[in-house]
Amino acid sequence: MEILHMIFIAPFLDMVALPDLFFQGLWDGFVGGTLYALLALGFVLIFKASGVFNFSQPILMVLAALALVSFYEMGINPWISVALVLVMMYVLAFGVERLILRNLVNQDGNILFMSTIGLTFVIIGSAQWIFGGVPSSMIHAELGFPVGSSEMPMFGGAVYFEHIDISAAVLASILIGILAIFFSKTKIGRGLRAVADDHQAALSVGISLNQIWVIVWFVAGIVALVGGIFWGARSDVSFALQIIGLKALPVLIIGGFTSVPGAICGGLIIGLGEKIFEIYWGPMMGGSVEGWFAYVIALVFLLFKPQGLFGEKIIERV
Amino acid sequence: MFYKETGQFKSKYKEELAAFPLFEDKIGIGILGVLTFLVIPLFGLPGLNYEFAMGAIMIPCMIFIIMTLGLNILLGFAGQISLGTGAFSGVGAYAFYKFITIFPDINIIIALVLSGLVSAVVGVIFGLPSLRIKGFYLMVATLAAQFFLTWAFIRVSWLYNYNASGAIEGPNKEMFGIIMIGPQSSGMTRYYFVLVTLIVLTWLASNVIRGRIGRSWMMIRDMDIAAELIGIRPLVAKLSAFAFSSFYVGIAGALMVFFWLGAAEAESFDINHSFLYLFMVIIGGLGSITGSYMGAIFVWVVPVLIKEIGKSAFGFDAFVMENFSTILLGAMIIIILILEPHGLARLWQITKQKLRLWPFPY
Repeated sequence: MEILHMIFIAPFLDMVALPDLFFQGLWDGFVGGTLYALLALGFVLIFKASGVFNFSQPILMVLAALALVSFYEMGINPWISVALVLVMMYVLAFGVERLILRNLVNQDGNILFMSTIGLTFVIIGSAQWIFGGVPSSMIHAELGFPVGSSEMPMFGGAVYFEHIDISAAVLASILIGILAIFFSKTKIGRGLRAVADDHQAALSVGISLNQIWVIVWFVAGIVALVGGIFWGARSDVSFALQIIGLKALPVLIIGGFTSVPGAICGGLIIGLGEKIFEIYWGPMMGGSVEGWFAYVIALVFLLFKPQGLFGEKIIERV
Repeated sequence: MFYKETGQFKSKYKEELAAFPLFEDKIGIGILGVLTFLVIPLFGLPGLNYEFAMGAIMIPCMIFIIMTLGLNILLGFAGQISLGTGAFSGVGAYAFYKFITIFPDINIIIALVLSGLVSAVVGVIFGLPSLRIKGFYLMVATLAAQFFLTWAFIRVSWLYNYNASGAIEGPNKEMFGIIMIGPQSSGMTRYYFVLVTLIVLTWLASNVIRGRIGRSWMMIRDMDIAAELIGIRPLVAKLSAFAFSSFYVGIAGALMVFFWLGAAEAESFDINHSFLYLFMVIIGGLGSITGSYMGAIFVWVVPVLIKEIGKSAFGFDAFVMENFSTILLGAMIIIILILEPHGLARLWQITKQKLRLWPFPY
């Protein structure tokens, strides 16, 4: 009885008793959720456009954040550093297309996926070699993002809003909106969807596969940079960010692999769910349950809705 | 010329089904047996310090071969992708630790088999989603296992007997009067123990794969719906693959901690190790036992040797060599996938084919 009370009743009583704390948790979860959605979008983009499940997306984020900080520490103007990182991401996208994807056209999805794991290791090694593995702090203040926090009286208590969180949520939402429009309305976006549908048919109507791939990987690089800036601002810039980036995978499971709205919903569910669970149920389990809670939600989702919330239903024939 | 089947006639079905049907294979295995059982434990490897050869190359290689065999059963034969290998090996290691501390008199072999079984049960539990999902979705499900279990290895202090360091450590423990594990055990006894375990497990794996269960795994891998239509039960086939695989991986994990490292924390079972084992399988060749051997040896030995050579011959510091070998590992994966998606096992087959014809190219 004692345990049942602790699990099913006490947390809810706490929520009602201290609504300001609950609201704080919701807000933190919401910000985390939008950033997860952004990361998941990086996966969805590449998966939609080339059928490659890009495992190196999290490490792209680490690479972008590390490079940005290192360029700045070399004494380069922060905005020029951002531009340099973008150039680097473009070169990387180009290199990936030339050296890896071009040689693996028409291969099984599993093979492509494993090649991105290989790419992950190449990036880990090179990033550590070039930029060093020491955690450093993000330069969001130098980039002009607001720092500090403001307190808002609410429900008889106060809720803190970190200014960087507000700008993260706003910017991530804007970026997600732009990407959604880019995908559905522009000519390149239509090209991407054509490639995702059928490589050969796309080629036959004159869409260049190679060009599309470079564009997609570059866009994924931009997403990684934005994600890296904000996740780097929330914690340190280090290789531990990769573990956070991997959480985009359960987001994808919940939302469905090919759906942009799915990525957003999934991100919010994971972000809110893990924060609330961490605050109210985490302490009784020994804390830091954030590391696996997202995956367990995804596991439960998989059992009931294997194609995710917005995924296409898979019909199999022999 | 060196490798010919001509003239080797078989008059019984039993001979057809033999593990090594060719005379040349028998010679090769005999040479390998003499090398591993006599030459290497007595003299070590040429050009290397004996302790280094045993502790950093031979023992880990054999343990990783068991690990790779386990993952290859799941990934290569049953086609179920898993990124939870590291955590499953941890289950084996912690189970072994609990067995030998709760029952101090337990025989090591029994404890090893039991910890493999515990790992198999955990593997089946986390393999349950595979009945409904496959491919990348399944991979995320196994990631749940990976993160949940490594969290449990840190937070559930019962697992490491509430000690302050949070590590599991092998106490001195003897079997048949010889100290097998712990700080006082000699490298040679541990070497022989791991070697015999490896041989037994390889024999078991090759026979299971050739038999009914193994065939049902391969059918599920090649086309699950078709397999179901001709009477394979996916439930049994998939879960038995998970059980078998986790059994091997669990035993390998227990061996890794108690016969090689001596002590370990949760970091020894983290996701990077899962990747390492995945690499061994890919580089060796999916769905091949010989490939598991070659992949594990290649992925483990090449970076170790490169680090040694880089340090002694060129004077690079450890940091540079560490990163260099990480890059090299990733690059090797990509190159293997592009040039020879079937891995080293396929290269070996090609070599055998060439040897059969050499030096007459017709």
